[in-house]
Amino acid sequence: MSEALATGGPPARRARRNWVPYALLAPGLLWLIVFFAVPTLSLVSQSLQTGDVYNGYVLTWNVQTYVDALSTYWPQMVRSLVYAGLATVFTLLLGYPLAWFIAHRSGRFKNVLLVLVVAPFFTSFLIRTLAWQTILGNGGLLESTMSWLHLTWLLHGFESFLGLVNLGTGNQLLYTPFAVVSGLTYNFLPFMVLPLYANIERLDLRLVEAASDLYATPFHAFRRVIWPLSLPGVVAGTLLTFIPAAGDYINSVLLGSTQTVMIGQVIDSQFLRVLNYPLAAALSVVLMAVIIGLVMAYVRRAGTEELV
Amino acid sequence: MADHGPGDLRLTEVTKSFERFTAVDDISLTIPQGSFFALLGPSGCGKTTTLRMVAGLEQPTRGSIHIGDVDVTALKPYQRNVNTVFQSYALFPHLNIIDNVAFGLRQRKDADWKRKAQEALDLVELGHTARKRPPQLSGGMQQRVALARALVNRPDVLLLDEPLGALDLKLRRQMQIELKRIQSEVGLTFIHVTHDQEEAMTMADTIAVMNAGRIEQLADPTTLYEKPASTFVANFLGQSNLLPAQVAGDPTDGLATVRTQDGDDLVVAAEHLPAGIREVWVGVRPEKLRLGGDGRNQLRGVVTDASFTGVATQYLVRLPWDKEVVVVQQNDGSGKLPVGENVTVSWEAGQEFILDQRQDADAGAEIDDE
Repeated sequence: MSEALATGGPPARRARRNWVPYALLAPGLLWLIVFFAVPTLSLVSQSLQTGDVYNGYVLTWNVQTYVDALSTYWPQMVRSLVYAGLATVFTLLLGYPLAWFIAHRSGRFKNVLLVLVVAPFFTSFLIRTLAWQTILGNGGLLESTMSWLHLTWLLHGFESFLGLVNLGTGNQLLYTPFAVVSGLTYNFLPFMVLPLYANIERLDLRLVEAASDLYATPFHAFRRVIWPLSLPGVVAGTLLTFIPAAGDYINSVLLGSTQTVMIGQVIDSQFLRVLNYPLAAALSVVLMAVIIGLVMAYVRRAGTEELV
Repeated sequence: MADHGPGDLRLTEVTKSFERFTAVDDISLTIPQGSFFALLGPSGCGKTTTLRMVAGLEQPTRGSIHIGDVDVTALKPYQRNVNTVFQSYALFPHLNIIDNVAFGLRQRKDADWKRKAQEALDLVELGHTARKRPPQLSGGMQQRVALARALVNRPDVLLLDEPLGALDLKLRRQMQIELKRIQSEVGLTFIHVTHDQEEAMTMADTIAVMNAGRIEQLADPTTLYEKPASTFVANFLGQSNLLPAQVAGDPTDGLATVRTQDGDDLVVAAEHLPAGIREVWVGVRPEKLRLGGDGRNQLRGVVTDASFTGVATQYLVRLPWDKEVVVVQQNDGSGKLPVGENVTVSWEAGQEFILDQRQDADAGAEIDDE
């Protein structure tokens, strides 16, 4: 009787259930195959082809493209990583206190502040970046504010400093590395603040009291308790900032000069203007590989897998 | 140990006011070194605020706190040799158990932290969990880790903020015994905050009963129970029958007579009578009352309710003037009386306590456990 029950109904139901998860997965899987796996393979394949746009390309496993790409454009590659790294550090320095304030100190204004953090997204990325031209440009908002505060000397001092360390012409802020990193920092700040906020908001502040009770000064309580517990948010925020910032070129185009060219700009011009598809594809593959390598090393170093 | 210890903890006229209310109102008390002291009271009575001021997590609005001769009032929590076992345990989730316990030692750069932390863990019988993380332990185990984390620093005063509140009854009893054993082993001053009167009575040498930011009575558990100083204490610690009466005549042979509303004369110990008061509450604990007429003081009544609890039966007996008294009869095999039975309630003179009738008879009675 019980045997009959056990072997009767269930198998049919189990068989029906078995394919349901796959059916639900199928659309996403299809999407990934068509719009991620295939393009990536095609990109890698493109980077190993020879030929030109007019006569077509043939896969010749031409690794020389990679050698050419790296030997010609390594400065732009390194610059991209440095700018993205700097922007990540700055967004973290600005974003952490901001996220802490919103999470624990803003009271009933919490939601308003969160909307304000996201508000820039309501404007186009391009427009927002263009706005920085009017802020940083000579005679722009920053300069007029500084002159109103009688701090023009400070601004000019900073400009001269940029000139001295070879990061500008000595008499302007716009079209310098400073402007590009500022733009990157501004544009990616929400990507840092939101994951940080989500993490910091869940922190149990009673742990700070416990640390303080156990002889930890506020600095030590932060370093030994709060910071380690913030790491998942920090890692998420830095990845969301660093990865897109490394490939970004809008900030460099609009706020930079020929001295600030980033790898994204090179790829863009190789693809769309020079029409050297293999070179552009090779640079893309290299950028992707470098970022994946850095991210893996970073995540391992941050030890986030240990966190519950 | 007692000779060269840190000294007694003294709170002098300590007041803590928040924006809209006064949580702690002019408290002065001395807690002798090495004692197990309990702050007992309903929620919102100011007991946790008092504890937090001793820990340094709150600043008193007025008054001072001394440990021995040292004024610690203005010291930050990390500058005080005081540790707390928090109600929420507040274990660091990213550190394993041994690192949690060693946190204070390492903060103070104690080179011997590894051995001391392991010893403290062994003391609470959790030595084998050193490499685990807090979420992997049960509530009772986490509570013991929190205790070890505080104990290991050998603080001048160890504060326990309702640490057993989250545990189930059986575990709670077990931990009470455990805590007391550990306290007598290490000989530190323990201050235990609780709203559970039974817990305070079983564990503490001295209890301060707090109500609305003030100390109602400070005494050992026996005195609190047998000689409560106010109706609040009488009702908050166990049950009390409070009978209104008037002092009649002068005491003779150490005994005095009081007369109830109904004209019954009751004999009470003269030493229990507060001086200069005529209108009194005569308080008798339910287990001191007996059904049957062999006690010196006798009142007649009718049984209105009887509930059997196993070890005892609790009766409600209505007196002629509509006052109901609670009588707890040990289950000594004498059988259960039916509802409606006419009975005599009696007790011996001297088993009562007497309070001023101007106090509210219901104070402290309606407070539920959280």
